[in-house]
Amino acid sequence: MELTPEQVLHIAKLARIALTPEEVERFRSQLSSILDHFAVLSEVPTDDVEPTAYPLPLENVMRADEVSPSLPREDVLANAPEQEDGMFRVRAVLE
Amino acid sequence: MTRELWRLTAHEAHELLRRREITSVELTESVLRRIEAVEPAVHAYITITAELALQQAREADERFAAGAATPLTGIPVAVKDVIVTKGVRTTAGSRMLENFIPPYDSHVVERLRRAGAVIVGKANMDEFAMGSSTERSAFGPTRNPWSLDRVPGGSSGGSAAAVAAGECLVALGSDTGGSIRQPAALCGVVGLDPTYGRVSRYGLIAFGSSLDQIGPIGRDVQDVATMLDCIGGHDPRDSTSNPDPMPDMRHYLGREIRGMRIGVPQEYFATGIEPGVREAVERALRTFEDLGCIVEECSLPSTKYALAVYYLIAPSEASANLARYDGVKYGFSDRSHGSMWENMEHTRAKGFGDEVKRRIMLGTYALSAGYYDAYYLKAQKVRTIIHREFAQAFERYDVLATPTSPVVAFPLGSRLDDPYTMYLADICTLPAAVAGLPAISLPCGESDGLPVGLQLIGNFFDEGRLLQAAHAFERAFGWANRLPELPPSAAA
Repeated sequence: MELTPEQVLHIAKLARIALTPEEVERFRSQLSSILDHFAVLSEVPTDDVEPTAYPLPLENVMRADEVSPSLPREDVLANAPEQEDGMFRVRAVLE
Repeated sequence: MTRELWRLTAHEAHELLRRREITSVELTESVLRRIEAVEPAVHAYITITAELALQQAREADERFAAGAATPLTGIPVAVKDVIVTKGVRTTAGSRMLENFIPPYDSHVVERLRRAGAVIVGKANMDEFAMGSSTERSAFGPTRNPWSLDRVPGGSSGGSAAAVAAGECLVALGSDTGGSIRQPAALCGVVGLDPTYGRVSRYGLIAFGSSLDQIGPIGRDVQDVATMLDCIGGHDPRDSTSNPDPMPDMRHYLGREIRGMRIGVPQEYFATGIEPGVREAVERALRTFEDLGCIVEECSLPSTKYALAVYYLIAPSEASANLARYDGVKYGFSDRSHGSMWENMEHTRAKGFGDEVKRRIMLGTYALSAGYYDAYYLKAQKVRTIIHREFAQAFERYDVLATPTSPVVAFPLGSRLDDPYTMYLADICTLPAAVAGLPAISLPCGESDGLPVGLQLIGNFFDEGRLLQAAHAFERAFGWANRLPELPPSAAA
């Protein structure tokens, strides 16, 4: 399975990672070779097999809808790269 | 002469503390001096919390005086740096979190604090727990205390090396595909990956949420059992945490294992396993026979698919979990570009290392439109088959025995160029991880002077029997708490 540079750029775009041209080529060749190894799965018949998302059978786990204290706002903002008026500051999303 | 208290196991130290023959401050100071001596060579820690440790040691001594001690009170512990500690920097081995000070404690650290343990530092690891050698840490590699030019394994390589080098008595690691067991094997210590759901993941920085599990690393089986007793059990803050009460693990130690049925899946002895590893594991199997166990060859034919299944599922989950590192709420942030999107892309380009980027992209691809069925869904279906084969095996056997790693500790740098070669280091630990089963690695001798690990896999939530078998083996085999002699230059 040979990925194209366009595919790598598309994946990087979805994953929000900026790549240099050199990285595009390196990741293209490494990811292609890793995906080749995964082709082995196609030999396993799985038509009647249910997928496993979690190793244990889990039902939805509910808790009582009760008000409880959360972290203080200043503690949550303490690691923020930029903050203003008790909020996270970012560049405008919509121009 | 100052006694080398750092050589003690946690239960030996507890006995001396209880009898008031030593204090926790003396024990902690001994460990801190040891860290000072060997850390420049080993580099097991990202952050050393000497001040916090001495304060906790003083509090521990007060608890002993007041008769309110637990088996972990006053015991120096290392915590893998992917487990958040309130007020203590937690990096996950990444530039992305280089300056991150968590505003809360993880469940396991809460439990350690409540038990009166002494936290000596945050252990080094592969970035976001993605790696098998601890060479992928943004803060430089950890070296194997048995041979400083070799890797300690990973991703909990710092935790395992710290235990082996005497830089703590016990440690916490995390295991997604083998990250506790494989470094425990390569460093000659004991590492337990509990059943998925046994230990709360609250406050564990997420990698693969259906696989991640916190577990202990120690110098013998009893210490690992003591740690699980402290950290295991239900926590409502993790919805996958098992609600059933956990039995007292120490209760299983010292029991006979005559008549125990041990299956040996032949697929784990296929090509790629070093002769020295095979011989050590086969010797271990004879020890189980001598103890009266029924040791039988068996087959788990889908073992060979576990690597592909794991390296599709774990990166897929990682690609979603690591989407949170956007430079907005916390962590590294590059704000030098024009738009929010550009800032985000460059934040992630600079904050993440290569292996993390590779896995995020692999997972993004496996989940993307047009490839989801062929990769992610297919992997989940084969996961069901692997799970089913294990379930069938546990109808016949109490425990399965395999090598933990196909090789002993490999030289630093030897597997960095080809990512897939590094993935192969986990070949023996991945199947149990994919199935969510508990598994332990314990030393079973040496090959070329380097430790070999024996892996025992147990049935779901049957850590008790796993520890019973491990403890009986350890006593018969007589390798426990054997520590490497670091070269004089390193241990000056």
